[in-house]
Amino acid sequence: MNRIARCIDESGAGKLLVPFFTGGFPSMRQSMRFVEIAAGAGADMIEIGVPFSDPMADGPQIQYSSQKALDNGVSLKSILEGVATLRKRINTPILLMGYYNPLLAFGEKRFMKQASQAGVDGLIVPDVPVDEAADFKRRAEEHDLSTVFLVAPTTSEDRIKVIDNNCSHFVYAVTVAGVTGARRGFGSDTFDYLSRLKVQLRKPFVAGFGVSSPEAARKLVRFADGVVVGSALVKTIREARNRAASEKDVARFIDSLRRAL
Amino acid sequence: MMALNELEQGYRKLRREKSFTAELKSTLADFVGRPTPLYFAERFTNHVRGPRIWFKREDLTHTGAHKINNTVGQILLARHMGKERIIAETGAGQHGLATATVCARFGLPCIIYMGAEDIERQAPNVQKMNLLGAEVREVTSGSATLKDATSEALRDWVTNVRDTFYIIGSVVGPHPYPMIVRDFQAVIGRETRRQARRAFGKLPSALIACIGGGSNALGMFHPFVSDKKVAMYGIEAAGKGLRSGLHAATLSKGKPGVLHGSFSYLIYDRDGQIILPHSVSAGLDYPGVGPEHSYLKDIGRVMYHSATDKQAIEAFEEVTRLEGIVPAMETSHALAWLVRNSDRFKKGDNVVVCFSGRGDKDMPIYDRWQREKS
Repeated sequence: MNRIARCIDESGAGKLLVPFFTGGFPSMRQSMRFVEIAAGAGADMIEIGVPFSDPMADGPQIQYSSQKALDNGVSLKSILEGVATLRKRINTPILLMGYYNPLLAFGEKRFMKQASQAGVDGLIVPDVPVDEAADFKRRAEEHDLSTVFLVAPTTSEDRIKVIDNNCSHFVYAVTVAGVTGARRGFGSDTFDYLSRLKVQLRKPFVAGFGVSSPEAARKLVRFADGVVVGSALVKTIREARNRAASEKDVARFIDSLRRAL
Repeated sequence: MMALNELEQGYRKLRREKSFTAELKSTLADFVGRPTPLYFAERFTNHVRGPRIWFKREDLTHTGAHKINNTVGQILLARHMGKERIIAETGAGQHGLATATVCARFGLPCIIYMGAEDIERQAPNVQKMNLLGAEVREVTSGSATLKDATSEALRDWVTNVRDTFYIIGSVVGPHPYPMIVRDFQAVIGRETRRQARRAFGKLPSALIACIGGGSNALGMFHPFVSDKKVAMYGIEAAGKGLRSGLHAATLSKGKPGVLHGSFSYLIYDRDGQIILPHSVSAGLDYPGVGPEHSYLKDIGRVMYHSATDKQAIEAFEEVTRLEGIVPAMETSHALAWLVRNSDRFKKGDNVVVCFSGRGDKDMPIYDRWQREKS
């Protein structure tokens, strides 16, 4: 059984906490260390960002961390190696999130096979729209990789159904129209939209984009089955004084999110 | 996707409406200055010693390049769709200028995303956009050039999608944009068909156009695609040479890839990261190319070649002195290829070059080139 399926099964009514770390930021070794810390601090699943030169769905924090990772020479290959090493130490589900071109350059089939072998459990590729994803999804599932597609506040009801059907285990709900990055808070329109999703979706869904604090996370999980936190973690890492402080701050932030849920 | 579906539905409905086509036609005539002439380049023809060479004079449109054909079309579309805010990306500033111009004409607020590098290189266009009332937003992310300005415009669009219309500048980006921009630019090819019959009693033997994203070329080629006897040549920027790694020759040297919502030829490295293009002309400086060009290449309907920076500069000088017309540095690539390949054509052949824009904006580039040479 896929680790994601098991994780959702076992979570029951509990809320899912899904932190995101850019692979290779601030260094390859350090980013994998953060994944391990997050797993230890109660993360249910972890997203690892595969850096791309032109991350058009991302705000300033993830643009920054992606560029730094690329400057460090990080590639899809080195991230898969990192995951394989990590898999010997943690059993938390891992999803890769990134753009399609690096996958295409790697070779889609070859990528699916190696990702699965490394211990990756799911894929989130925002620039593969569900309409074009038939082959992508079939290949992913052949290798027991869970596919995750995004719904946004602007997504039509018909399309929400299609996305629901094409996500293997859970759906990713973008909180507000826009790109990734911490926002000060969410308005009633976000909550209205999430409560509509709760009715429209058959699968569980996590809410992400702009979740900056434990309070914001707590409000979202009144409607959603979990939250994704990414840019706020990048910011935490950037603002830490040194490596030891960044590890402590990440652990503390994940812990406070965990307790808020 | 919602916004793209809305755009496609809005466009498909509108393009059949008489009131819209009439408004577009009169704006193109009185504001843009269409039809543009098909001009026989007599001295250039004698100089090249091969085919008879004609220029389709897009340089004579308002704002001095073909870009305005598309921005006029898209702003009318935006108005009919009830959008209240206009955004656009620009590299050299020609598309930004054409967008700022139609925004002033139709009284809509305008935000132009432009890479910090390009703002510095193209200061006069930035001043003009400001004068027209547009806000030019500096993009510092990534390489701070056209591809990053495009990413930033897309980010703005997904954030403000309900009230904002994104006027994209070339036949690139997610569907339906490549189709919409092609259709609005196809006025170039349609006029050329009519004018060719009048000028020399038949269709041209060949069409030649420069390619960055490829909007002037596709606008010229599209109405001729089914005329098998009309040969077509798209000329890319070879920069410092195809083997130098410093070029923008996407179709000649790229591989199929995905950027900004389209699957098309693209230049990227082994890891799938986009490689920065290079060209002396900022307007050809894009790592991708319109997906329809990729298709026309793969089916063999259009031949794609390239010209280097140096060859383009030489053609820029030659044509200016022979014809008294200063071509844009982009157009100069098409002219440069023709000078070197005139023996592909027979003596009586009529060859039409899409003269995509005028070169006034390129004087600083030319000036710098000469200083670096000496």
